[in-house]
Amino acid sequence: MITLRNVSKQFPGSGGYAVRDFSLEIAEGETVVLVGPSGSGKTTILRMINRLIEPTSGTIEVDGVDVMSIEPVELRRRMGYVIQSIGLMPHRTVAQNIGMVCDLVGWPAERIRARVAELAAMLELDPELLERYPSELSGGQRQRVGVARALGVDPPALLMDEPFGAVDPIVRARLQDQLLNLQSQIRKTIVLVTHDIDEAMKLGDRIAIINRGGVLEQYASPEEILRAPASPFVGDFIGAERGLKRLALMAVKSVDTEAGPLVNPEAEVPAALEVMRSHGTDWAAVVDGEHLLGWVDAKGLSGRAIVGDMDPRPFSAVVSPTSSLREALDAIVINKTHVAAVVDDGRYCGLLTLERVAQELTAAS
Amino acid sequence: MTPPDVLVDWSWLGTHTSEIGHLAIQHVQLTVIAVVIGLAISLPVGIAAYRHHRIYGPVSGFAGLLYTIPSLALFALLVPYTGLSTTTAEIGLVSYTLLILIRNIVSGLEGVPSDVREAARGMGYGERQLLWRVEIPLALPVIIAGVRIATVTTIGLVTVTALIGQGGLGALILQGYRQDFPTPAYAGAALSVVLAVLSDVVLLTIQRLLTPWAKPAEVRQSVETVVPAAMAGA
Repeated sequence: MITLRNVSKQFPGSGGYAVRDFSLEIAEGETVVLVGPSGSGKTTILRMINRLIEPTSGTIEVDGVDVMSIEPVELRRRMGYVIQSIGLMPHRTVAQNIGMVCDLVGWPAERIRARVAELAAMLELDPELLERYPSELSGGQRQRVGVARALGVDPPALLMDEPFGAVDPIVRARLQDQLLNLQSQIRKTIVLVTHDIDEAMKLGDRIAIINRGGVLEQYASPEEILRAPASPFVGDFIGAERGLKRLALMAVKSVDTEAGPLVNPEAEVPAALEVMRSHGTDWAAVVDGEHLLGWVDAKGLSGRAIVGDMDPRPFSAVVSPTSSLREALDAIVINKTHVAAVVDDGRYCGLLTLERVAQELTAAS
Repeated sequence: MTPPDVLVDWSWLGTHTSEIGHLAIQHVQLTVIAVVIGLAISLPVGIAAYRHHRIYGPVSGFAGLLYTIPSLALFALLVPYTGLSTTTAEIGLVSYTLLILIRNIVSGLEGVPSDVREAARGMGYGERQLLWRVEIPLALPVIIAGVRIATVTTIGLVTVTALIGQGGLGALILQGYRQDFPTPAYAGAALSVVLAVLSDVVLLTIQRLLTPWAKPAEVRQSVETVVPAAMAGA
């Protein structure tokens, strides 16, 4: 949807390149994060997409059309734009701010009103806030108004420049979650600039890591970048603990779990002991149909006839298939155990061992 | 003028109300015309100076030069060309509004937060839409503050134009001096102060209505600063 081809930018009088021979393909409906240290030209790249800055050389295409052939005003109305300081109009109410671009392109008042209400609901903005002025809002609320405004005419693309840079970490995390949630419903093409690699990992389908002077170092999925950093710069930039960061991005269901030593409540004790022996354990998980009841150990079963004679003990570490491996690791370590039961809505899916998680951890390095 | 036996001769005031009213209206007219023409000149000049910063220096220098010419001297310089006329009075009065108005227009526009401008551009506002829908509305509190100072200053200066046969309430003051009869002078001075305060309150109210988003504390300019300005002009 958005293609940058050999784009360079030199600002007059600065000598060097702000962006140098930069190429990037951004697919429709994808969230691409441009991340890099200050001086990497990431904001310049973003602003060249909507022609707030014009490239010195190279081409930028939106839906196959060179942006230089589109009127800047037209081009910008087709892309939502969100900046760190938000830039809400202090002299307009929240509703007028959200409906700004709709008004600019000449929508009738009734349609604007309906769209504003829809966007307010989408961003969980209290309808009461709509008649207030921006100065009466909290930082997090303003940021959401900024995003709602950018989505006004339902543009296919959103450009976001450090959108969560000005709010405190707790609000930032909440806004990031909200953006992820929103994006799963609206599927916009999002280009987001940040200097925060963790934010990039959390939000990006793909991440472009940019070095000083606007040089692209690596363009790949977060998981790929953590698994195989393309250069020492990328390695430094993603920092220490990249194994752990990678675990945070991987779902439990993405690795093979083991069925483990399994018995049902009706099983006779000698058969249960045989299951344990064959798995090299002294315990077994008790499963009734698909339902996980807990676990029993060999010592507890001695002198009993069937497994059901003993009350199974609950697993201390239980995770769901959509949990991250990082959460699974936390659950295992905190509970001083070496295995987590994977349970999906009461249904037993398997066991995840500490060894298996450790394997993924070392795969990154 | 010798100290009077009585401060104010109330019966004289009673018999001259229609004359005083007429002069007050003339005073208001002279002021309104001066401020409106001043604004009509300052607005395009101020916008141009804001857009092209290198012309701001010369423009502001010229307006400053006009402002420093003593009012009496300016009228004396103009009389050979435009006579003892309203035109002469207005040329002078308008000249004195320019510095204040242009400066406030430029500083009002410059005070528009850059992130607001950036966001508006990024959303697809053209230059003209940016000016009329964003920059001017946001500069309005500062622009109106300039109009208030210009108006109050002009009300004071109008009294001086009595010396060239104009002057609204200034004519009363002059008459008091000439006849060694202080009542008209007191009435003229008091009424011009009342006019100054009144017009300031009216403009402040207009500003509040036009800029409901602005917090009063940011734009309030109290009456205490206005009265001395009116007195100084008178």
